[in-house]
Amino acid sequence: MGTSVVTSIHAAQDQPAVQLVDLTKSYGDYTAVHQLNLNIHRGEIFGLLGPNGAGKTTTILMMLGLTEPSSGQARICGFDPARNALKVKRRVGYLPDDIGFYEDRTALDNLIYTARLNGISIDEAKSRAEILLEKTGIVEHMHKKVGAFSRGMRQRLGLADVLIKNPEVIILDEPTLGIDPEGVRELLQLISSLSRDQGLTVLLSSHHLHQVQQICDRVGLFVQGKLIACGDIQSLSNQLNDEGSINIEVGTAVWTEALQASIAQIEGVLDIYRNPDDKGNEEYDLATIVCDRDLTSQIAETIIRSHANLVYLRRKDYGLDDIYHRYFERKGAR
Amino acid sequence: MTDTTAKSGDRSIWPRIRPFIDRVEAKLGLPPRQRSYSDQAEDERGQGASPFWVMVHKEIGDHIRSWRFGILIGIIVLACIGSIFSAVTAIRSGSASSPSSGDTFLFLQMFTLTSPSLAIPPFSSFLAWLGPLIGIALGFDAVNSERNKGTLGRLLSQPIYRDDFIIAKFISSLFLIAVVVFSLGFLIMGLGLFVIGYPPTPEEFLRVLLFLVIAVVYIGFWLNLSILFSIRFRQAATSALSSMAVWLFFAIFYSMITGLIDSVTAVSQTADVSAQISQMNLILTLNRLSPTYLFTETITTMLSPGVRSLGPLTMDQLVGAISSPLSLGQSLILVWPQLTGMIAETMVCFGISYYLFMRQEIRSRV
Repeated sequence: MGTSVVTSIHAAQDQPAVQLVDLTKSYGDYTAVHQLNLNIHRGEIFGLLGPNGAGKTTTILMMLGLTEPSSGQARICGFDPARNALKVKRRVGYLPDDIGFYEDRTALDNLIYTARLNGISIDEAKSRAEILLEKTGIVEHMHKKVGAFSRGMRQRLGLADVLIKNPEVIILDEPTLGIDPEGVRELLQLISSLSRDQGLTVLLSSHHLHQVQQICDRVGLFVQGKLIACGDIQSLSNQLNDEGSINIEVGTAVWTEALQASIAQIEGVLDIYRNPDDKGNEEYDLATIVCDRDLTSQIAETIIRSHANLVYLRRKDYGLDDIYHRYFERKGAR
Repeated sequence: MTDTTAKSGDRSIWPRIRPFIDRVEAKLGLPPRQRSYSDQAEDERGQGASPFWVMVHKEIGDHIRSWRFGILIGIIVLACIGSIFSAVTAIRSGSASSPSSGDTFLFLQMFTLTSPSLAIPPFSSFLAWLGPLIGIALGFDAVNSERNKGTLGRLLSQPIYRDDFIIAKFISSLFLIAVVVFSLGFLIMGLGLFVIGYPPTPEEFLRVLLFLVIAVVYIGFWLNLSILFSIRFRQAATSALSSMAVWLFFAIFYSMITGLIDSVTAVSQTADVSAQISQMNLILTLNRLSPTYLFTETITTMLSPGVRSLGPLTMDQLVGAISSPLSLGQSLILVWPQLTGMIAETMVCFGISYYLFMRQEIRSRV
């Protein structure tokens, strides 16, 4: 018994903060999470991306020991949440997607309560809570009842609540949900800086791709219980854009067949397609040109020569949005 | 050979047992054993109070601050004053002295007596009626409101045991109920002393204490039932209505139903004794399934020492009996099965809630 404990500590030092091995959860016939394998290293900000109902929350609950996996194993900071739920919970801060507080208590009271549940004495809890409220920028609302808080303030309070136990890992489930863009930016910056300052491992789940893109070191794409791609944004982009082609988006006042033909004649152009969905702007027609190298200037030249009145030209880089769309396009094609 | 098997057995069982041992130790407040292997986070524990008592503390605070509790206390205090007034009027008018029994136990009649001129039931009936209401009011949204507010997920992601959560809910409400019941009981005793100026004997005092304890157990049953519904039903309104329905069923309809069964299965007056007794016992058994009936039987015995039996008695059995009140010990023996029954019903409810809650999925607001 003693030896197993010792090895687990030694292992804990070099092990990844989060290690999921063949984690599976099924409800009857329905498989919510299917053989998930994932490692998250210490100090990393990892984004778990996926549409609603992809199994993100189920995965998180299994990581906290709030739901038992059907098979497979999770190890958080070297502990198995199914066996040592308390040890895991002591090290992991969890911000649920729809966080609730005791509305008729003040922000400070709510934080102190959480701290005391973690075995922190009242005085210590109070000083920690004040520091965290200062950090999250809601210190002036400390004595206000949480019922009067706005969504953004709640989310900040939630972050303080997660951090008050001095966690090693924090898990944020849809932290940006329902906050205005400026609030999202501030919140993400806050998360990012807190993680960098304290060496926290952060797991962030979201379906808002571009938001997560800003702060995540790595992301995993999670669809229908399966992790379909994992890596940093650059490599994901390469992974999905395996032809190595470059997409150039052009907009002209009038898009003619003749123009299309002349562009198609440029050497290196692989494909041209019109974006029927992007009809949002009625002033010009949009088309996407797929080429095997950067032909932006040649295309521009061709369009200008044909007097088609070029109004818009952009070389498309794959953002997460595109990665996401590409994935679903492919899935639809299959 | 045996050594190795023992070892491997130890390995497979140990991780399962380990948490239980840890928590028993934590509950007893023993110094953490073998905590040296664990890191700083573990060492920080123990500075503050145990999470369980922190939760109990917070729950009690929440209840006391709530409007609901204030309103309930208001109703009950009013009812209590009304019943004292009624009892005192009755005692003053002299209807208390029952010449049949030598000892009148005047003080106990503060709790049972009611003035015929005022339509106010005595305190014991008030408790039988309003007690369930306190229990239900304190428990019906214990778990589902936390779930709907989204605090359940946050709470359970803290290092607390899941069962501690419902035990804390139960203990804190039960504590409040005990405080309310005992303070009302003592209030009546005090007022009684003040108004009629007749001190209780030690036996009377003990009987009142036991009566209050039994009342707490009884209300505890309703509290547990409502907590069970609050776990089972996601909407607080559903759980409140279900608890109320059960309460009304037992308080009003159950006796009607048993009455109906009684009249259907009735044997003729001329039937032999064993048939009559078995029929009466059947109805009594049916009645005793209801916690309300058990409570009524129990408090009648505790507060009226003259009650000698709760079942049917034949004339043969009464022959030679001395008409005197029972001693406290004998009364207690008489109601022991009823008391056990009430506690058992409470335990069953708690067991079911425990089972349901431990298996329930914790998702915020789903």
